[in-house]
Amino acid sequence: MAERERILKIRDLRISFKTTNGQVNAIRGVDLDLYKGETIVIVGESGSGKSVTTKAIMGILANNAHIDSGSIDYVWYDEKTGERQERDIVQMTEKEMGQIIRGRKIAMVFQDPMTSLNPTMPIGKQIMEPMIYHYKNSKKEAYAKAVELLQLVGITDAEKRMKNYPHQLSGGMRQRIVIAIALSCDPYVLICDEPTTALDVTIQAKILELIQDIQKKKDLSVIYITHDLGVVAKVADYVNVMYAGKIVETGTINEIFYDPRHPYTWGLLSSMPDLDTNEDELYTIPGTPPNLAHPVAGDAFAPRNQFALNVDYEIDPPMFDVPGSATHKVASWLMHENAPNIQMPASLKHRIENMKKEGL
Amino acid sequence: MDKSMLKYIGKRLLISTVTLFVIILVLFLMLKLMPGTPFNDEKLSDSQKALLMAKYGLDKPVLVQFFNYLKNMLTGDFGVSYVINKNMEISKLVGSAMVISFKLGIAATILGAIVGILLGVVAALNKNSWLDSLATGVSVLGVSIPSFVFALILVYFLGAKWHILPTQYNSSNSFVSSIMPVIALSMSVIANVARFTRTEMIQVLNSDYMTLAKSKGLDKRTLIMKHGLRNSLVPVITILGPIMVNIMTGTMVVENICGVPGLGKLLIQSIQQNDYNVTLACSFLYAFMYVIIVLVIDVSYGIIDPRIRLGKDE
Amino acid sequence: MNKYEYQFAPDSFELVGDKVDISKDVVAPVVPFWLDVWRRFRKNKGAVIGITVIVLIILMSIFMPILSSYKFDAIDSASANIKPNAQHWFGTDNFGRDLWVRTWTGTRVSLIVSFAAVVIDIVVGMTYGMISGYFGGMVDTIMQRIQEILNSIPTLVILTLLMTVLEPSLFTIIFALMFTEWIGMSRITRAQVLKIKEDEFVLASRTAGASEVFYIFKELRTNIYSQLIVMAMMTIPNAIFYEAYLSFVGLGLTVPNASLGVLINDGFNYFLSYPYMVAIPVVVLALLMLSFNLFGDGLRDALDPTMKEM
Repeated sequence: MAERERILKIRDLRISFKTTNGQVNAIRGVDLDLYKGETIVIVGESGSGKSVTTKAIMGILANNAHIDSGSIDYVWYDEKTGERQERDIVQMTEKEMGQIIRGRKIAMVFQDPMTSLNPTMPIGKQIMEPMIYHYKNSKKEAYAKAVELLQLVGITDAEKRMKNYPHQLSGGMRQRIVIAIALSCDPYVLICDEPTTALDVTIQAKILELIQDIQKKKDLSVIYITHDLGVVAKVADYVNVMYAGKIVETGTINEIFYDPRHPYTWGLLSSMPDLDTNEDELYTIPGTPPNLAHPVAGDAFAPRNQFALNVDYEIDPPMFDVPGSATHKVASWLMHENAPNIQMPASLKHRIENMKKEGL
Repeated sequence: MDKSMLKYIGKRLLISTVTLFVIILVLFLMLKLMPGTPFNDEKLSDSQKALLMAKYGLDKPVLVQFFNYLKNMLTGDFGVSYVINKNMEISKLVGSAMVISFKLGIAATILGAIVGILLGVVAALNKNSWLDSLATGVSVLGVSIPSFVFALILVYFLGAKWHILPTQYNSSNSFVSSIMPVIALSMSVIANVARFTRTEMIQVLNSDYMTLAKSKGLDKRTLIMKHGLRNSLVPVITILGPIMVNIMTGTMVVENICGVPGLGKLLIQSIQQNDYNVTLACSFLYAFMYVIIVLVIDVSYGIIDPRIRLGKDE
Repeated sequence: MNKYEYQFAPDSFELVGDKVDISKDVVAPVVPFWLDVWRRFRKNKGAVIGITVIVLIILMSIFMPILSSYKFDAIDSASANIKPNAQHWFGTDNFGRDLWVRTWTGTRVSLIVSFAAVVIDIVVGMTYGMISGYFGGMVDTIMQRIQEILNSIPTLVILTLLMTVLEPSLFTIIFALMFTEWIGMSRITRAQVLKIKEDEFVLASRTAGASEVFYIFKELRTNIYSQLIVMAMMTIPNAIFYEAYLSFVGLGLTVPNASLGVLINDGFNYFLSYPYMVAIPVVVLALLMLSFNLFGDGLRDALDPTMKEM
């Protein structure tokens, strides 16, 4: 592998929300790295804070959200001078974010294509808008590029479709439009927030392939958010498992799928449906995610963890390096030298063996 | 203009026509049901009455009478006034009144809509701030307190007590003397529009497509002007219908209080003086205006929001 | 890894996860629906003030006419046009009638009229909506068209025309007001009936006709009451206003009877010389309408918090 260049570095990000029920600590110290041309996936249950993390990266957090601490460093090269720039976007003003980052450097594909397009604006105009806005392109240039983008995302009859309104298109088509909008200003980073969840199963694979295809063509770095391990297996270079506002395990896709260390990851993998398992014996993680409006003592996963140690109820585990790997890290006391030797459940081991044989 | 649009307009037109027909039928039946004949003047002899009946075709079969009536109403021939202005053609009587009422209503709607939209947008953009509370307060007051109360307050203070504005409408100085009734009438418009705009705007601001638009890096002004306003104002048009009714209801009493010689004042006068023909004509005109307004609003809504007219075809 | 300064106890690394019940869900205690509604309602200052004012005005309108030594229609030309004082708290009118008693009597009449009208509205609207929704098909289409047409005639015109034909009395006013708001009620009912009809239970019991009707009615009752209450609370101020309008126009009750509309109409004649005559009933009317609106709003938000959260 050639020299990897880190373009996004998140350190100790903490975000809280003010709600009528008090303060909710949604993100509790997240570290994340993204390298050029690579794909990372943030996987976790709903409410684990994955969407909030990416919204923070985009600077589009809700008004009642507050970044309590941490940094989001972003690296890019100036379009004209080619000069390397590094900025902490947490420190940037709203105006700077809009002018420099959003749309131009980082773009986003949203979960529900049915609601994420402006219903009263023709789609062509929606694709052209950021180009005209940011690059002061003429209408003609923007139009030509929009048609090009529509073709790139696989829309036939692109010229004709320019005048269509969102409601005239199917869900899959709309998601392609959303992708085209995201690509309109040539960003380096694409964030895909559950890009296929709201789509028909038949279309899901096509959209994923499209994104991968474009990623290769444009040398994009992509952050996926998903709760679907099937998607993870398909697209990821690196996987971050998130639970209750923290990354609990991170590593390459092989490390996470073949050598998971965190009991939560075990649970996730065990609950993934595959062809061998029949529905009845499908594993589910017991209990429910913690309410982050209340302070969490110790490891947030402890109450649901059948492998919890006494210390899990006392103090939150730090990130332990998995021996022999530079990328694999786990936040679990099981990794401590004094911990009892606990292995993943036998059924999961069996599953992983099968997966290895089949090559995922 | 595509086919679906024409079909949509056609459907709206048909409904409006049927409605008008029903209204005229009802009015005609009312006329028949009214106690006594329209010629209640005791000085008239029976033969004179019969002559008058013949003159107005009241001796013909009911069906013929109805179609006559229908034709007359649609051509603006509402007969003559019997009491208010003896033997004056009602169309003349009503014509000038309608123009005045119409002007007042339009002025109040425009004023109210502008102020209301501003108030609603400001409230939504500053949700939960004092501006929001202020806007909410204004709309609660405006929605729940009838316009004639505002008219009374204005007339008493601005007119009678402080002599800032004339208490009564005055055709030679129609602009200045219209200020008070227009303000009074616009209060409910402001309230309704502000309330509705606020809700819509908040919904739009929270919508996925606003998040997407924001993720494009647009600045706040562009976001609101290009993506927010249009989407939140489209539904506001739908409430203009009910709002116009409010204003109509308002004009009846407000015109009386401010002495505006409009349709409302004429209607009340005709009721009080038992001038049935005028009452019916005024009612018809109110209903007619209402039907037309609803039609115009429905059609313009279809033009602005493509989902409405296309919705059913797909 | 001892950068975390934590003293591990000897049993720190003892496995306990298999000893505690990990399958239990931590769920917030279930709060009964009405208690939940009440809690939310109580937080809404406007709504609480609204209901307080409504109750106060209702109590006043019940007891004040009974307790006062004056009669609402007793003429006393010697004490005409007296401004509010210790004897006549709201003053007297042009004929020396005590306005304190007249105001509360009038409020009572207005309240009775509007409550009765709204109750009838609900009955008529529900019946219409149920028939339309239950039978569906052609019946529904025709009934919906009729409703659409009726809805495109301004209430005011319907009211005016009706009252021109009818002899004004308490009964006829209630009857006329009935025509004003039933359409909203029938829409709600119809929508609910259509929804319930989709229920599996109804689909299953299609063959047993009687139990189906019974089921729909039962479901309807439980599903619709909160919507209807809110609707009624929002309708009452309209009814109060329309009553006032009718009297003001001269189509409602007339002097010496009292209603808020009659008082306003009567007071308006002396508006510039004796402003209190019109001001008092106008304030009561405005207070009532405002309070019912605040109360209705609060009730709706309390019953359906999803609307409020936005």
